[in-house]
Amino acid sequence: MWPVNHATAQHLHLNACLPRNAVLLLFVWLCVLGVSGSVLAHEDGNPLLSTFMLNKLEQGAGKDRPQTLDAEAWLGYDFNKLWLKVESDAKREEVEKTELQLLYSLAIAPFWDVQMGVRHDFRRGVSRRDEKNWAVLGFEGLAPYFFDVNVALFIRDEGETALHFDAAYDLLFSQRLILRPEFSVNVNGYNDATMKQGAGVADVNAGLRLRYEIRREFAPYIGWNYQKSYGNTAAFKAAAGEDSHQAQWLLGIKAWY
Amino acid sequence: MIRAHFFNNTQLASSSILTLTTPLSRRQFVRGSTYCAAVVGIATTGCSRFSSAPTIQPFAPVLTGKVFDLSIGYLPVNFIGSEQQAIAVNGSVPAPTLRWREGDTVTIRVTNYLAVDTSIHWHGIILPSEMDGVPGMSYAGIKPGETFTYQFPLQQSGTYWYHSHSGFQEATGLFGAIVIEPKMPEPTRFDSEHVVLLSDWSYTSPETLYANLKKQSGYYNYQQRTAGDLWRDVQKDGIKATWSKRAMWNQMRMSDHDISDAGASAYTYLMNGVTPAEGWRGVFKAGEKVRLRFINGSSMTIFDVRIPGLKMTVVAADGQAVQSVTVDEFRLGVAETYDVVVEPASESAYTIFAQNIDRTGYARGTLAARAGLNALIPALDPAPVLSHADMGMGDMQGMDHSAGDMSGGAGVDHSTMDMSGDAHSPASGLIALGKAGFGSSASIVHAATEFGAHVDARAMSPISGLHDPGLGLRDNLRLYGRKVLNYGDLHNLYATLDPREPTREIQLHLTGNMHRYQWSINGLGFMQAEPVVLKYGERVRFLLVNDTMMTHPIHLHGLWSELETGDACYIPRKHTVLVQPGASISYLVTANSRGRWAYHCHLLMHMLGMMREVRVV
Repeated sequence: MWPVNHATAQHLHLNACLPRNAVLLLFVWLCVLGVSGSVLAHEDGNPLLSTFMLNKLEQGAGKDRPQTLDAEAWLGYDFNKLWLKVESDAKREEVEKTELQLLYSLAIAPFWDVQMGVRHDFRRGVSRRDEKNWAVLGFEGLAPYFFDVNVALFIRDEGETALHFDAAYDLLFSQRLILRPEFSVNVNGYNDATMKQGAGVADVNAGLRLRYEIRREFAPYIGWNYQKSYGNTAAFKAAAGEDSHQAQWLLGIKAWY
Repeated sequence: MIRAHFFNNTQLASSSILTLTTPLSRRQFVRGSTYCAAVVGIATTGCSRFSSAPTIQPFAPVLTGKVFDLSIGYLPVNFIGSEQQAIAVNGSVPAPTLRWREGDTVTIRVTNYLAVDTSIHWHGIILPSEMDGVPGMSYAGIKPGETFTYQFPLQQSGTYWYHSHSGFQEATGLFGAIVIEPKMPEPTRFDSEHVVLLSDWSYTSPETLYANLKKQSGYYNYQQRTAGDLWRDVQKDGIKATWSKRAMWNQMRMSDHDISDAGASAYTYLMNGVTPAEGWRGVFKAGEKVRLRFINGSSMTIFDVRIPGLKMTVVAADGQAVQSVTVDEFRLGVAETYDVVVEPASESAYTIFAQNIDRTGYARGTLAARAGLNALIPALDPAPVLSHADMGMGDMQGMDHSAGDMSGGAGVDHSTMDMSGDAHSPASGLIALGKAGFGSSASIVHAATEFGAHVDARAMSPISGLHDPGLGLRDNLRLYGRKVLNYGDLHNLYATLDPREPTREIQLHLTGNMHRYQWSINGLGFMQAEPVVLKYGERVRFLLVNDTMMTHPIHLHGLWSELETGDACYIPRKHTVLVQPGASISYLVTANSRGRWAYHCHLLMHMLGMMREVRVV
């Protein structure tokens, strides 16, 4: 057994840490996957397919022992799919925040899908009543020069808005050894001191992950990530005694089926 | 292990029979015993396959006569070191070779011992449409436990093959050779002959393979450009030239290293059911003329065939006799057949080498004067790289007829998003038609249905695929001194039967989105498209334009595809025609057989979408 894999699984305590309804949703999803996995309509070449992608399951080297889970799953046909996206951050074995998105995805151009749906945020120390729900409108696809791009706009009924953008690229050193530079930025249209989110450019992330595809579906990686907060977001963080920027080494796995 | 499988299969078979009809009639009892016989057949074939006997043996039973009983059932096989379940005919993978005689009326009783529907299509055979074996068009298919009786007269001779037309069964073993002996003496003299049936076998089920390609279209491509390639190109050409050379590919989000959907990372290649490690063996006597009947029974693999040390004289293409042409190498598209004659002079051995189109693997066998003799196995050629011409952007080798716009992205138009469905009326050239035998003079028209998320490229100025041996073969004469067959070399042995000019032209575009792994014709999948309707007796031209970067073998059932190679008097008749990337090719069709005929790309994973019904009324 690969040691990091073992360690990550042990530290993350996935089931125990993730909010209960997120676990429930994932469970339902996996059941759906199990049922639909082998379904294939031969007649028209457009079978009902599903996939589960663990984009990142990683352990940071910082003293907070930060952990990140970034997973997606979809179910559907060539043009119409139902997506589930989960992003979760943990520190010191405690989940800080989890964002869950349920989206309907429609192919609108050869390389682009439009994605619409809802997002729910879970935050540590925030009561169920104060958890945020968002409407989501996003675009996901492959930009010229082979950049994987995702841009999404989030809107709440209280008038809060947020914009997320990320782009990544696969640079092949060999057919299996692949470096993935990644860049993301979050922009907020609101201030929320409790959530440590300030208006304007909130944070920027830049990462490098070097993975080895033992097979297409399974790749361990080492990586390095730099995050920097700006403006009010940085100020809110400083007030809470958090650094406004941090760089760290990572170990993780990328897997899908 | 094998015994256990027999038990399971027998159970499965009997249970499916029992659920079908009760009470058990005498006929079913007979069916049951037929299956027992089939099981015995499995046992013997299974044993001989796994035995290490060095002697040369027939790869599949040869069945002759006018009446045939074929049983389709499951069979455990072990090609790649682990046991998998194949679909066998009479306990054999590949299926038995059927030897027929021109002029006979053959009767074939096919019994289905699978748990699912099955079918057999007689590829390239001219027959009544209800005997063609395509579920949903010719008939309803063969249900589990049922027997279907095919009966049709044989009006042709030559090398053909048969395979399932249900689901992905062809990929798991349901294919076999057909040889029809001519009524008149053979136009070609030969002393001995071998069927050389090529196929691909995957450790992954075809359903999973298809799903993998849909989820990640480059899943099986381990020949992608790397940082090392970039570094070498920059050192050689400089940053600017490297950037501009790659700009178009990068803008189009396509890879010039994308030659086939699935190469050797998915498949092991078999020659007459034998792996390259083991190698099929055929015998000859020095000085005799040996006729080799090459058949590509693969699901997804285009092969380039050669026999180092021997010239090959091509005497038939797709079963039909052609004026002999001598070559060193030829491309064998999926479902195509070529008959070649070789004359090994000395008491030695030769390798029959069939490398796949992306040069990741090969099938091979040995032609030897006696047991124990072996020949060197050549190395694979370097992997081909696509050029701008292969994207339908005009030509770089003097084959162009209309100068293409070579500026970046000229082949794709992402701005136009016309989804309005032009479901019918394949675009037809209304201007004066080109003369029979010489191809189309119509302009290239992209139907409105070709625009949208489901099509990622359109060939703006496709080159002619006629005199082009194809990707990876174009320079072989200069590089290796190997003359490669191209379609322009083919001239029928006999005069063109129907000398009429075509009265109209049907232009069809082979389309797709490689990234999403979707395939279509004129942007419409089989389920969305109306049939192409031909009037009984009419002679029409089909102009195929390949808007994709893949080489597609296009097969028309029931009617000959008379390839326009520039010789109106001797037009070769084919059943499967390779359409090169970004190229066009045309053939004439005489609609002399009524009914519903399938018309599709013979790459199994493309076929589901890239298919039409041709209806002769």
